[in-house]
Amino acid sequence: MIPLESVLMLAGMLFALSVAGIFLNRKNVILLLMCIELMLLAVNFNFVAFARHLGDLNGQVFVFFIMTVAAAEAAIGLAILVVLFRERRNINIEQLDTMKG
Amino acid sequence: MTITEILFYAFSAVLVVAALGVITARNPVHAALFLVFAFFNSAVIWLLLEAEFLAIVLVLVYVGAVMVLFLFVVMMLDVDLAQMKEGFTRYAPLGIIIAVLVVVEIGSVVWVKHLGVGQQSAAVAVVEGYSNTRALGELLYTKYLYPFELAAMVLLLAIVAAIVLTMRHRAGLKAQDIAAQVAVRAKDRIRIVKMDAEKPSETSSPEKQP
Repeated sequence: MIPLESVLMLAGMLFALSVAGIFLNRKNVILLLMCIELMLLAVNFNFVAFARHLGDLNGQVFVFFIMTVAAAEAAIGLAILVVLFRERRNINIEQLDTMKG
Repeated sequence: MTITEILFYAFSAVLVVAALGVITARNPVHAALFLVFAFFNSAVIWLLLEAEFLAIVLVLVYVGAVMVLFLFVVMMLDVDLAQMKEGFTRYAPLGIIIAVLVVVEIGSVVWVKHLGVGQQSAAVAVVEGYSNTRALGELLYTKYLYPFELAAMVLLLAIVAAIVLTMRHRAGLKAQDIAAQVAVRAKDRIRIVKMDAEKPSETSSPEKQP
C-alpha cells in the first residue's frame, strides 16, 4: 500500500521542479511549454492519488479531461510557435516586444 | 515495506531525476527525451496506484502524440541555443529558492496538517473481474457524457486551430479550388456562336460528282 503522503509529496516536488524550470528557461518558449506539461502531470498525480485513496473513480475521469485539454493546448501552442518562428526567425521571448507592452 | 512501496520509491526517484533533466538540459531535444522518460515513469507509478487505463493513455497520448509533436517542432525550428541559455545562471538562485519554498509548503501541508484524511488509507477491496477501463467507461458515458462531448469539441477546435495557424499559401501552387469549380457556369466556359449554314460550292467538293 503506497502512502498518500508520499504520492502528494512526489507531485509537489514535480510541480516545484517545473516552476523552477519556468524561471531557469525563461527565454525558450519550447521549454516553457514542456514545463507546463510537467506541471499538468504533477496535478494529475494528485487526482490519481486521491482517487486511489478515497476509492472514488471520479478523480480518474478528471485526469482524462485534463489530458484532453493539455493535448489541445500543446497542439495550439506549438502551432503558434511555428508561425512565430516563420515571422521572426527566432523564438526568444525577450524580443517579442512588437506591441511595446 | 512491501514490494509495491519499494517499486514506487524507486520509480519516484527516477522520475524526479528525469524532471531535473528536463529543466537543466542544454539541448531542447535532450529535454524532450527526458520528458518522455518522465512520462514513462509516471505511467508505471500510475499502474502501481491502480489507474491502469490512465497509465496506458498517458503513454499513448503523451509519449505517442504530444511529445512526438514537441520533438518535431524542436527539430524543425533552427534555434540559436547559445542565445537561449543566456541568463540561465542569473535566474538559477531565484528558481531554486522558489522550488524549495514550494516543496517546503507542500510538505508542511501534507505531513504536519495531515489534510484531515487521517491514516485510514483503507485500500478499496477489488472484487473479482473488476476492470478499471470498464468502470471508467461506464462513468464517462453516463454521468460525464456532456463533459465528454465538450472534450471532443475541444479536440476538434485544436485540430482546426492548428491547421489554420500553420497553413501556408504559396504562390504558383496548383491546388484544386472546389468552391470555384462549383460556382462556375456554362457561359463562362463555352461560347455558342450562331451562324448561317455554309453552302458547298461546286469547285470545292469535286468528289461528290459521279
